[in-house]
Amino acid sequence: MEAMSPLERVLRGIALTLVVVFFMFPIVWILLMSFQTNETILRIPPSVVFTPTLDNYAALITGKLQTAAGTLDIAFMRNLGNSVFLSVVSVAVALLLGVPAAYAFARHKFKGSEDIAFTLLSFRFAPPLLVLLPLTQYFQWLGLSNTYFGLIWVYQLICLPLILWIVRGYFEDISADVEYAYRIAGHSWFATFRKIALPLAGPGIAAAGLLAFIFAWNNFVFALVLASADKQPVTVGALAFVTASGIQYGQIAAAIVLSITPTLALALYAQRYLVEGLSLGAVKG
Amino acid sequence: MTDIALFLKDVDKFYGPIDYGVHAVKKLSMEVRKGEIIALLGSSGCGKTSTLRMIAGFEAVSRGKISLNGREIQTFPPVRRNVAMAFEGYSLYPPLTVRENIAFALKASKLSQSAVDEKVANIAKLLEIEDILGRYPSSISGGQQQRASLGRALIRDASLHLLDEPMGQLEPQLRAVLRGRIKHYIKERGLTAILVTHDQTEANALADRIAVMEGGVLQQFDTPQRIKERPANLFTGTFVGEPPMNVFEASVTASESRLAFGLKDGIRLEYAASDFSHTVRGALTKRQRVVLGVRPYAVKRSADGVTGRVAVNQWLGDQTHIAADFAGGTLVLVEHDRTNLEVGQPIGIRLEPASLHVFDGESGMAISHGEELA
Repeated sequence: MEAMSPLERVLRGIALTLVVVFFMFPIVWILLMSFQTNETILRIPPSVVFTPTLDNYAALITGKLQTAAGTLDIAFMRNLGNSVFLSVVSVAVALLLGVPAAYAFARHKFKGSEDIAFTLLSFRFAPPLLVLLPLTQYFQWLGLSNTYFGLIWVYQLICLPLILWIVRGYFEDISADVEYAYRIAGHSWFATFRKIALPLAGPGIAAAGLLAFIFAWNNFVFALVLASADKQPVTVGALAFVTASGIQYGQIAAAIVLSITPTLALALYAQRYLVEGLSLGAVKG
Repeated sequence: MTDIALFLKDVDKFYGPIDYGVHAVKKLSMEVRKGEIIALLGSSGCGKTSTLRMIAGFEAVSRGKISLNGREIQTFPPVRRNVAMAFEGYSLYPPLTVRENIAFALKASKLSQSAVDEKVANIAKLLEIEDILGRYPSSISGGQQQRASLGRALIRDASLHLLDEPMGQLEPQLRAVLRGRIKHYIKERGLTAILVTHDQTEANALADRIAVMEGGVLQQFDTPQRIKERPANLFTGTFVGEPPMNVFEASVTASESRLAFGLKDGIRLEYAASDFSHTVRGALTKRQRVVLGVRPYAVKRSADGVTGRVAVNQWLGDQTHIAADFAGGTLVLVEHDRTNLEVGQPIGIRLEPASLHVFDGESGMAISHGEELA
């Protein structure tokens, strides 16, 4: 980086601080809320001085929600488990289907290949609510509503196009000659895909997988309509905190903290791949 | 028959549906003998790279047959063809060093580690890449990558070596040195190689025979010398040779004792009938329109010749290129001495009958080269 004058450095620092404060504030506030009771949260004016309590987390983990009207059972931990299961399996299925498909679209131009690829992308255009109504009908006929299988299938609408299109760009960036060289050195087409194409597109695949995971994790409306309580992920499960006796802000905050932890951890861990993966041309020589 | 390494028979390549797609290679037939170096020479889009890729197995053959050492291979995947290939662009495996990339080609050969090391060292010395053997492909230049790719191909003991523009990114001096070394290396080991290039100097220097391609059609397949001396058609004549051959449309008039070519601007080239053999005369007089070709080196100046006017006079340090306005076009002549011709000055030009290449005015096929029939 070229040298900066002291003034530039100060201005840069201020700008960065502003951005960080702007983006981090809600998360920090939520984190603080998760250690407070409903009463301290709703104090006016709000204050950052309070006696921390773990009650919110305890309630979530034990599944017993204490409200003014009595004890309420909530399935938060189960919802969290559902979220993990649904997201992981959906992304795994999407990778399994999407990566070979992306390779095919990148390397082989066949009749209608662009049309098929575009159709897959178009799943992302349609507002989910538009497809939900017919989908609910079909799922009831097929007996797929309120099954993990059905949800994972629907989640492919989110994950598959994302993975397909990001990874395709990656494969296209790899010089075909690298693969040709490997094949002519005495390797099959499949070995070339495994040993050359996959590792070289690795960062892109990781980035696409991570993004797909985040999208799947944050999905709300598909699971709301197509699954009942025992199959629902946290995004839907959080609705349980809006109770007859009021909104349980503390528990909601704790639930949010718990539910963003996996994606946040994953994103931090895979940050390197994400940056590398989303800046195109990273694999070029 | 046994000395034929590669045999292509009526090979067609269509991109898209057969007979309707882009016809990149048209009914190509050629034979390559064992131990021979062949150059596929042509401008971009002439079908030379498509041909190479069909031989390698990266492109499907739309029609026709390719056999290598007696086996028909056109339906084989690359892995079963036993060919090696050097690539023009980025083709090294990025996670491996240059050394590993080159040694990688020997994996299947089950050589001992020390034998592999020795071979890699030899080829690296030949290609002057010893100093970058430990580096990764992303940290070396295009020319170095190209040489590493070339090394990876040449180190193999394959039935056929395919070299796709293997020296395009090298500096001219290095290219000139490597040409000689590579040719020696290939000949010493009795390898058979096909080189794809658009650089005729490279083709001339490396190849035993050159296949000139244009528009997907093989124009001529012959030794560099014969291609230069006896081009089969107008395309080969003008494509090969630097500076390019001068060409002028002409009409032929013949009498018992004279043979004359009428060029544009009323210029007439008069020759004694005895300057041409009987058969050439016969062939020429049958044509109404012909195209005359003459190499710039073969054009002579003579006070009693036909007149042109100097347009450019360039001394290149070792030769003079003179361009003259002549017969409605430009005639280039090359001389080895410096001349003091002024631009606009008239010069007399003499085209010796022995230096004339005559092509058919319609088909472009060669009719005669000097005194002989094509």
